[in-house]
Amino acid sequence: MTQFLQHLVNGLSLGTIYALIALGYTMVYGVLKLINFAHGDVYMVGAYSGFYLANALGVEKEPTLVKAGIVFVGSMAICGALGYVIERFAYRPLRHRARLTALITAIGVSFLLEYGFQLPSWPGLPIPFPPGPTPRFFPTPFARVEWNVLGVSLSNYDVISLLVAVAFMVALQLIVYRTRFGTAMRAVSFDPQVAGLMGIPVNRIISGTFVLGSMLAAVAALLVAGSRPRIDPLMGLMPGLKAFVAAVFGGIGNVPGAMVGGLALGLAEEYVAGYTVSSYRDAIAFAMLILVLLVKPEGLFGRSRAEKV
Amino acid sequence: MRTSTPFAVLALALAALGCQKKQGAEGGEAAASAALTPNAGSGTGKILIGHVASLTGDKATFGQSTDRGVRLAVTEANAAGGVKGRQLEVKTLDNQGKAEESAIAATRLVSQDRVTVLLGEVASTNSLAMAPIADRYQVPMVSPSSTNPKVTKDGARTRPYVFRVCFIDPFQGTVMAKFARETLKLDKVAVLRDVGSDYSMGLADYFIEKFKALGGTIVDDQSFKAGDPDFKAQLTAIKNRSPQAVYVPAYYGDVALIARQARELGMKQPLMGGDGWDSAKLFEIGGKAVDGCYFSNHYSHEDPEPRIQSFVKKYAQTYGEVPDGLAAQGYDAAKVAIAAMKAAKDLSGAAIKDALAATKDYPGVTGVITIDSDHNAVKPAVVLEVKNGAAHFVATVKP
Amino acid sequence: MPVPSLPGAALRSLLPFLVGAPILVAVQALAPPEQAIILVNLGVNVILAVSLNVVNGFTGQFSLGHAGFMAVGAYTSAKITVAMAGFDIAGLPPSLSDPLVFALALAAGMAMAALAGFVVGLPSLRLRGDYLAIVTLGFGEIIRVVIENTRFLGQATGIPGLPPRTNLVWVGMGAIGTIAMARRLGGSSHGRAMLSIREDEIAAEAMGVDTTGYKVRAFVIAAAFAGLAGGLLVHYILLVSPRMFTFVRSMEVVAMVVLGGMGSVTGSVLAATVLTVALEWLREVEGWRMVMYALLLIVLMLTRPEGIFGTREIWDLWPRLFKRRAKAA
Repeated sequence: MTQFLQHLVNGLSLGTIYALIALGYTMVYGVLKLINFAHGDVYMVGAYSGFYLANALGVEKEPTLVKAGIVFVGSMAICGALGYVIERFAYRPLRHRARLTALITAIGVSFLLEYGFQLPSWPGLPIPFPPGPTPRFFPTPFARVEWNVLGVSLSNYDVISLLVAVAFMVALQLIVYRTRFGTAMRAVSFDPQVAGLMGIPVNRIISGTFVLGSMLAAVAALLVAGSRPRIDPLMGLMPGLKAFVAAVFGGIGNVPGAMVGGLALGLAEEYVAGYTVSSYRDAIAFAMLILVLLVKPEGLFGRSRAEKV
Repeated sequence: MRTSTPFAVLALALAALGCQKKQGAEGGEAAASAALTPNAGSGTGKILIGHVASLTGDKATFGQSTDRGVRLAVTEANAAGGVKGRQLEVKTLDNQGKAEESAIAATRLVSQDRVTVLLGEVASTNSLAMAPIADRYQVPMVSPSSTNPKVTKDGARTRPYVFRVCFIDPFQGTVMAKFARETLKLDKVAVLRDVGSDYSMGLADYFIEKFKALGGTIVDDQSFKAGDPDFKAQLTAIKNRSPQAVYVPAYYGDVALIARQARELGMKQPLMGGDGWDSAKLFEIGGKAVDGCYFSNHYSHEDPEPRIQSFVKKYAQTYGEVPDGLAAQGYDAAKVAIAAMKAAKDLSGAAIKDALAATKDYPGVTGVITIDSDHNAVKPAVVLEVKNGAAHFVATVKP
Repeated sequence: MPVPSLPGAALRSLLPFLVGAPILVAVQALAPPEQAIILVNLGVNVILAVSLNVVNGFTGQFSLGHAGFMAVGAYTSAKITVAMAGFDIAGLPPSLSDPLVFALALAAGMAMAALAGFVVGLPSLRLRGDYLAIVTLGFGEIIRVVIENTRFLGQATGIPGLPPRTNLVWVGMGAIGTIAMARRLGGSSHGRAMLSIREDEIAAEAMGVDTTGYKVRAFVIAAAFAGLAGGLLVHYILLVSPRMFTFVRSMEVVAMVVLGGMGSVTGSVLAATVLTVALEWLREVEGWRMVMYALLLIVLMLTRPEGIFGTREIWDLWPRLFKRRAKAA
């Protein structure tokens, strides 16, 4: 029983990672219908921004709440700017083209960030940038507290991450359904051309969505790196892919779906690895996804739109 | 078309770069149309050493470390007058950590650049793709850290041109099994291995075999994938079997996280591992969690031997960081190859290969290396214990 | 176009092979080793890109699992050639028996890959677009994980010591065969049906096109040729290992198809050539290699968003170019 509960805690903690990344994925997809393959790499950049900021502030020696705040806000700003740049220069010129075209530039941007960060550091910079391929230690932004409840170990990071993920989910849902920006987002998602004719600044809305999604990736990265303090340039590759799977699983474009999909994927992986053959962990996660999609092709919460003839 | 102008300029720049490279390739073509062997046997120019390494991709950290070790060794040899009065030069080609790319890179080095010796690769699968090429074109190849026994073998036959300066999996797996069973007196051990890495799979297999043969029990055998952020599922399952120790033959990045997460789950057992642990990053990322763990390695940084201390110092001066195990092995691979070139009667592949096979008691950084009849390095292993963020010598295990 | 008589048609279909064979034999004899291995890699990439074009380009389905099919073909043929090494069929001398065994092994690899393609193609009955992409990606990863866990297939190390069977002639013939297949398929009524699915699935269905049947057929054909590419590649490298077939490989092939232009066979060939050769040149710049490659991908895509040739073929494009030039002059 203890083992079962421990797996539950672990699974939720892992699922929270996927959910946090998947929220950003699903936001962008919902508006643009574009699989932003570079999202996992924006997540990586978020982790490195936090790394440089935290080292500059000396977080490792004396962590304070103010410093943690600066690290979070700074990384979000950097990732938001990066998201804006990526959208402006790699996706916007292709917006009216076939969707696969933008997918290829997304792969290109993803390679660019991954391999760019793997380059050896330029001499003469005050910080070691690019960081190179060697994994780095991420300084803990705030102290880790471990609790032991009925033999089940649990940390403040797990709880805070889950709460943050839920808070973001609610906040996004509110933004999408209760604000003017959200209304505009939904309009753009429904039909960008008509939305433009109605006076909605389509470019600004899409940029805003990208910035928002990228800032979410930064928060996810800091929460994950805070409790699993190893960062490297390829750290976004697999979690990014898994988060994409989670977003599809929940019905891509649907905010609560991304949350549920992420948690479900985390729990599934956890129980598969814990109770059966751990080497089949990824295979079974994918197999489960395929089964769900075969039964419900739009994902758990996706709406199937009627086909227009 | 307003926006496309800067892109067109960029494309032109890229194309220009491409053309430049093309000229280089054509030059190579002309050179390669001459007879392929003997390569660089005579002449007075620089002696070229080819290195195949993963400078990009998910194994880039290993490839870049190895390359630094190789370059340090060559710089030192050049400062000491080179080989047979000629200076050495390293040419490194990237393979993205992929087997098929390793084969292409090795072929290019051997037939286009006509290198005298070939160094590489870290991962055994990549070395396995290079080995037939070394044999076919009769260019001696020294692998710094491919531990799979099959690398120097072609079926039952030993490949004449392929050598290595590291342990093989059976030796290192056995060393740790013996240490766990006989020195630590453990009965129940669990294994956690990286399913995607032939290095990890090989070590785990030989460890299990030997540990069982010595009367121990393997209570659990779990696996993970390198780069995963979370290992708690496997660790919780292992914890439930309450082993006395966990054998984790993997690379330091993953090990550090595994150690942390094991401690977070309240596991106090020591972890044990192999030479993939050897990096300062293990202590930096793992922190207190890796204290009390054991791993087998080629050498100890603490060893007062001057050649080891001078290597550690020079490496730190040149690259601003402490060398990891792969850098040391790259350094030794280049050193052994250079020594063989010096000892060979000429610089033909056949002569160097004979000199390599005759390597005996070469004082390398990673131990005193003797090449045996299977072209493997025979050298003692040391077992190190992690205490307060550093690895301390515990025991030497002779082969 | 006059309808060719029967022997004429047979000759026409064989023509590319008859012309290609002596050229390939000559190149095989003359090319230095480093050119040969690059050409083999190029040929394999051409087979992969052209075959994936049948799914992604012709039929408009989005498959991200090409590496998985490649793995199935590679492992199947490798297992057969290793088991049959030193074994002569019907007392034939090795010089005849070995190529025969290799041809059979490749055929078996294609068959197994086709079977896998059938299994993966079935979900395409229900799934569209990105959902299909993620399912094919999932299948590809499952295939790789299963291989990594199977001792019979060598786990993470793979199977070293394959007999050297592939040469430029084999790869060249494979590439010619794949291109001929794609061209003839594209011109046939089957190909038209596939194109109609890409353009408008509902309209195609309304016109009586068996959309599900053609989607599955596209998957099976593409998978079979991916299996061929896998089999050819590993018998040149003399090693098959699971790390050769990650989803990054699938993405690289998708990039070739999109870059060449959806449905353009010559575009796929050209894009495969450009990207393979570019990666080869860039090997000289060491760590910058993949950064330059990524930039090349982005810049090419931004400057030619519809792909190098769009949906057209090279011969559709040249007259236009010439006309434009004439106007400028």
